[in-house]
Formats: sequence, structure tokens, C-alpha cells
Amino acid sequence: MTEVIKVDHLNYQYEAQKELNEMALKDVSFTINKGEWVAIIGHNGSGKSTLSKNINGLLAPKSGEITVDGLVLSTETVWDIRRKIGIVFQNPDNQFVGATVEDDVAFGLENNGIERKEMQERVRDALERVDMWQFAAKEPARLSGGQKQRVAIAGIVALRPEVIILDESTSMLDPEGRDEVLSLIHQLKDERGLTIISITHDINEAASADKIMVMDGGQLVKQGTPAEIFALGEQLVDMGLDVPYPERLKAALKKRHFDIPDDYMTEEGMVDWLWQLNSTK
Amino acid sequence: MNKLILGRYIAGDSLIHRLDPRAKLVLSFYFVGIIFMANNWQSFSMLLIFTLGCILASKISLSFFLKGVRPLIWLIIFTVALQMLFSSGGQMYWHWGIFKISEFGVTNGLYIFCRFILIIFMSTLLTLSTAPLQLADAIESLLKPLKAIKFPVYEIALMLSIALRFVPTLMDETAKIMNAQRARGVNFGQGSLIKQMQSIIPLLIPLFVSSFNRAEDLAIAMESRGYQGGEGRTKYRVLKWQTTDTMAFVLFAVVTVALVYLKN
Repeated sequence: MTEVIKVDHLNYQYEAQKELNEMALKDVSFTINKGEWVAIIGHNGSGKSTLSKNINGLLAPKSGEITVDGLVLSTETVWDIRRKIGIVFQNPDNQFVGATVEDDVAFGLENNGIERKEMQERVRDALERVDMWQFAAKEPARLSGGQKQRVAIAGIVALRPEVIILDESTSMLDPEGRDEVLSLIHQLKDERGLTIISITHDINEAASADKIMVMDGGQLVKQGTPAEIFALGEQLVDMGLDVPYPERLKAALKKRHFDIPDDYMTEEGMVDWLWQLNSTK
Repeated sequence: MNKLILGRYIAGDSLIHRLDPRAKLVLSFYFVGIIFMANNWQSFSMLLIFTLGCILASKISLSFFLKGVRPLIWLIIFTVALQMLFSSGGQMYWHWGIFKISEFGVTNGLYIFCRFILIIFMSTLLTLSTAPLQLADAIESLLKPLKAIKFPVYEIALMLSIALRFVPTLMDETAKIMNAQRARGVNFGQGSLIKQMQSIIPLLIPLFVSSFNRAEDLAIAMESRGYQGGEGRTKYRVLKWQTTDTMAFVLFAVVTVALVYLKN
């Protein structure tokens, strides 16, 4: 597997932290492979968002090296890297630049000096892909939060990136909008071999990732498969994180000496397993 | 708050709607200029007929235009009255002290009234038949020559379009804050003038704070999508000059010639 993102001993400090001698990111190192879905979890202020802003050069690291798709992040490469990484931010309204849906999708293309004819094709392709083409001439005020996030995704897809970072992109949406956005991202990942980095509070969303990285106090404290991470149980709770309900149930059953498989189960999977428990014996 | 000028655009597909916004903008200003050439009833009635023709061609109901006059009605009445009461000449109909109504006064008053109506109708036609975004595009396009003197045309145009895009967002936000403050006991639009002004403060401060936060978020989103200023940007929306636009200019030239011929 090829590496898409490599972060090597990254340190970052906000201006306001200098006097207090605190760090927003402390010696963070990891690699992300092409086509992986990585969830970054951690409570507020653990450095998740700071990390994502460092990766595409919105914030300049204090020390350490970031490599994206073979390019080392520097002032010369920052714009190329931003083309490779698209970020969907939290607030659907505050990332909508264009006055209409199609204008917004075209914004990134305009910035990159794409020719108008190709721009029209790409805007149409991207909007059709996220199923928003029929809203092309609509103003953002007439769209729901989920629709606005889909437009934001179209704006990124049109730029044909390698990596999409979801910076708590679903946290301001209703459950329907959340499902809408996540299933779209899943499809896009499979179709185009994208790498997804999802920064999230939603433990259930993290559970479907290939890999979970846990941030605490600016440090990368744990990384592993969802099953490995959720097996930490109490330790996660100490870091202010929640453990998904099926995992808590599993831990409780294990205490009572039930023989339960180790890999992660969704709520439905758990139910299926439970009602077969006695029949298979 | 729904009566905001920016929101006056009425979607349609008439000849006037389809004109290039640059043509509409330039011609509206030009028209306001040539109105001042009219100085007799022939020239004024010609301009009135022309304006009504334009309104008809836009397929927008006349009542919208009359609504456009309403906010200015006191200004019009005041100016017309001033003209009528203080100018002299011709036959005197009535006088009392320094006030007098003369033949000249009445005609001058009428002319001024016509001028007001013509200017209001024509500018209303512009804003009713042109989407704000199109107007912003037109302004950008017309300001382009100023780039030679390093005037930031692209940036101004982007600012305009972002401002337009955020008008409804901020209105929603205002409504939300108003409700939140009402729930905390603030009375909007009640009490003395000073009380009313004071009640605006708990509305404005949160609105300012949140606007700055939005601006910061937006700047980050724009940068991460590769925005580096106007240089090297291509344009998605392009204005297209058509024969009908040239025809509109020709028509205005004809009107100008007729006006020169009809006036004293």
C-alpha cells in the first residue's frame, strides 16, 4: 500500500499558548495509506482540528515534516497540496462562497485557473455525482444543511483530490442529513479510491472507519482498528470519550464469561449475535 | 425587513430581463441624464410613453413601480410644492403674502413631478428586472478598465457577491437573535425612541460577533479551496453581449435624437 499522508514529529503552538508554554500538537507522527478511512477522535481541544489545518498548510507547523502524496509541505508546495486535499468544514453556511450552488462548486476551479469549458463540465459532473444538479441555480438560503454539505463535497470532488478531510462535517446536521452525507462519502471513496480522514465526535461514525486515531492533549495517544480502540473501554472514558453501546454491552457480557467475538459489531450485528446465542449451542 | 432593496428582483423571462446587465446599468444611468434635457410637454410625454413601453416589455405589473414611488412621495410633494409656490412668471392665478401660484410655477411643478416619476420608474425597472448578482457582475465588468490603475476590481466584485450571498443568512441570524433576546425580556419596537434604540444593542452585538466568526470560517474555507486573490483566476459566470443589447443602445440613441428635436 502506498502512503498518501505522512506526518513526522509534528509540533504546533498557537500564538496565545507561547507564554503559557503549552503546545496544541506535541510530537505527532503517523502515516495514512491510500484508500484508507481514518477517524480521528478526541474531546474538545485535543488538537484534532489543529492537526487537519496543519496537514493542508492553513496553519504553519512549529517543527516537523508533513508529506502529502510525495510532496513535502512548504510555502512552494502548499497550493499543490491544497488541491490534493479537500476539507469539508463543520458549518454548512460558513463555507458556502458562491451566490448559487453552481457558483460555489466553480469557486475552487476558478481559483485554480481551470478553463471555462472544462469548468462547466466538471461542475456538472460533480453536481450530478452528489445528486444536486437540479439545484444548480438555487441560492444557499433555499437548501437544507445536508444539501449544503453535499454542495461543499461537490466543490471538492470537482477539484479531483486524493484526500477528503471531514472536519466534524456532520455535527451540525440532523440525523437524515448526516446519513445522506456519510453514505455519499462512502460511495465516493469506493468509486475514486479516495482517502478519507474524518474528524468526529460521533463514535458510531468512527466505528465504521478502517483505523481510529485517538488524540488527547495535543498528542496522538492511540491508534488501531476500531475493535482495538474500543477494547480500551475505561481508558477512553477517562479521555472524555464515549464507548459505543454494543461495545459496553460486550464488555459487560465478557465479565460474566460469555464467549463473545473480539471484532467490532454494530448495534444490529450485536442483536443478531445475541438472538443466535442460545440456538447455536 | 423583507422589503430590502436587494430582494426586489422579480424573476422573469422578458426581453428586458434577458438584456445584458451592463447594457441595462449603463442605459439606466444615461436615461437619468437625458431626462434633464426635456423642457416642454412634448418631450416629457415622449419620455413617459417610452418608459411605459419599457415597463410593458418587462411584463412586470405596474403596481410594483407605483410601490417604488411610495417611499419618496413626501420628497416629491415637497419639491413640487416649493416649485409651485415660489416661482413666478406668466399669468398669476393666486397669491397670498410671499406665496403665489403662477402659470410658470404650475408647469415647472408638473415637469419636476414627471422627472421624479421617470427616474423612479426607470431605476425600479433596473432593480426589478436584474438579479443582484448580475448587477454585481455588470459592475465588475464595467470597472475592469480601472485595473490599469491597480484598482482591485476582482476583489471588489468578490466582496459584492459574498455580501449578497450572506444577506439572507444574516437576516435569519438576526431573527434568531431577536427571538433569543425576546425570550430574555427585551422589547423590540416598543417604548420611547431612546428605549427602542437601546433595544437594538443586544441585537447588534451578538450579530457583530457572529459575523466576525463567520468571516473567519469563510476565509479558512476559501483558502483551503485554493483562493489566492484575483490573479490567475478564471471566471465561471460570463456576461454575453447580444444583438438585442446593441439594439437597446440604438433605441436610446433614437430617443435622444427625438428629445433634442422636441425640446425647446
